[in-house]
Order: sequence, then C-alpha cells, then structure tokens
Amino acid sequence: MTEKRITIVEKILDANDRLASENRRRLNENTIFAINLMASPGAGKTSLILATIHALLDQSVPIGVIEGDTAPVTIDADKISAVGMPVVQINTGGECHLDAVMVENALDQLPLATLDLVIVENVGNLICPAAFKLGTHSNVLIASVPEGDDKPYKYPNIYRGLDVLIINKIDLLPYLDFDMDYFRQGVEMLNPGLKTFALSCKTGEGLEAWLSWLQATKPS
Amino acid sequence: MHELAVTESVLEIACRHAVKANAVRVTDIHLMIGRLSSIVDDSVQFYWDLISKGTLCENAKLHFKRIPATMLCLDCQHQYQLAGELTPCPKCNSSRVRVLSGDEFHLESIEIER
Repeated sequence: MTEKRITIVEKILDANDRLASENRRRLNENTIFAINLMASPGAGKTSLILATIHALLDQSVPIGVIEGDTAPVTIDADKISAVGMPVVQINTGGECHLDAVMVENALDQLPLATLDLVIVENVGNLICPAAFKLGTHSNVLIASVPEGDDKPYKYPNIYRGLDVLIINKIDLLPYLDFDMDYFRQGVEMLNPGLKTFALSCKTGEGLEAWLSWLQATKPS
Repeated sequence: MHELAVTESVLEIACRHAVKANAVRVTDIHLMIGRLSSIVDDSVQFYWDLISKGTLCENAKLHFKRIPATMLCLDCQHQYQLAGELTPCPKCNSSRVRVLSGDEFHLESIEIER
C-alpha cells in the first residue's frame, strides 16, 4: 500500500460554475440580459421587479421573471403574472439559495426568444446566494435601510461579488438611525466603486436612475 | 445553509480525482477557505460523515485551512489582516483599501492510499 498526496486546487463549486457558463451562453444566444437579484427577506425584491416591469411596459421591453422561494408558495409569481409577464416559480424545497441547475430548468420554461430581460429573484438570504453563480450577467443586491447600516460588515461575501447595489426604502431614512456614510464605507472597502442606486420602490424616488442604467446596459 | 451543496461538491471532486489516481481509499482532504467566504466547518463535517459513507472517501478526514482576509491600504500601503470585522486601515484610518485575499474556496489536495 502506498500513500500519496495529490494536488488538485479546484474551486469547490466548479461544477455549478460550469453549468452557470452554459446558462450564460444560452442567454447570450437569445440576446437576453439577465440579473441575479439578491437581498434579505423583505428588502423589496418583488417590489423592485414590479416597479421595473411597470416602468418598462411603456417601452415594450419584454421581461421574464424567475422566482425563487424555499417554500411551495406562488405569492410573488402571482404578482408578476398579474402584470402579464412570463414567470417561473422555483421552490427550492428548503434550500437557501438558487443554483445553476435550478435556473437552467427555469429557463426551459420561459419563452426566451421573445424576451429582452430576465430577472432572477433569488431566495431571501445574504449568505448562501453569494456562493452560487447562476449564469446571469449582473449580480444585484438590494439593501433596504431598515435592515441597518452594518450589513456590509456582517455579510462581506455577498458584497464582494456585486455588480450593482440598490439601497431601497430611502423614504424611511428620516425615521431610522441609518448611518449612510458608515454603510457606504463598508461597501467601498469590499467592492470599490460599486455602482449604487439609492431609491424607494414605494415613492418612486431614485427609480429613474436604475431604469436608465438597465436600459443602457441591456442589449437593444 | 448551503453546506450540504458544498459538501456534495467536495465529495464529487475528491472521488473523481481519487478514481483517476487509482486510489483504494482517500484518507485526508485539504480545503482552502478564505475568511470572507461563509461556511461552517462543523456543518460540512456533519454532512461529510453522512454522504461519504460507502464511497472512496469514507472516513477521510477534512482539514480546513482558513486563509486570512488580507487588506491593502491604498493611502499608506500598509497591509493588514482582519481579525474580526471589516475595519479601515489601522495605521492611517483610511477606508481606501483593497481585499488581497480571503475569497478562496478551493479543494487544495487529497491524500490517498493505493
């Protein structure tokens, strides 16, 4: 019997990453821009999606939505359906995040050829979704101000991988002890120069900048 | 809790390389995990014991090498490691800093018998 050490140095989630690349290829083939929308529960993921759909409806941008939830519910999917956009509900069965396989299956159920934009609403969680690539083009996190200004310090991993940060519920700032400078300092240390939009889905304040970015970034 | 998915991936990678090397048994698995990655060692070990049963990796020992989060200050060039939470440069208090390491999430090596 011989003993041997074998050097591997492989990313632990490499299999998922490879599937994610396949999803990306498929999205690109259909000239679709896709977003992985992450946030803690209640930060306003569905509200932002609905506000985005409503705003882009006038400009006839067809948007597909993939809704991730841990429990077998269709509350969010029903809201998207109600505004007439194609939606696929994924129930992860207790898993705390979406992965590339789940998104692959969901893409099968969307009319990809007719879509310009796909928004994937990840499971409400600031930890696990950060580790799993989905194949989307842009990682977007919503941080809502009632959650507190210390979140970048407590959940550094998710901030490291972001392309866009949305600070939501800014209409509540006068009522909260949210130190915006402290929050932004944490973000800047983890992800310098991160594109950030401060807005309120409720009042509509700041939404225009987010929508302009989206319009300019997605393939026309 | 994404530790189950992570543990399954570790098992898949380790078994794949063990088969390729004609191993009869994997004795040790070395993981490299950066401090900025969120993973609970005990939880991975718990799942590991369950899912590695009956595989080449049964009873293999998991070793977690934690890579510190190292920061570089862009203003004074001081390098420092985060002991706990994210902090500005301890020398000049600047928050113009960059993460040099801490994102690692790798299976580094396995030890086998054959």
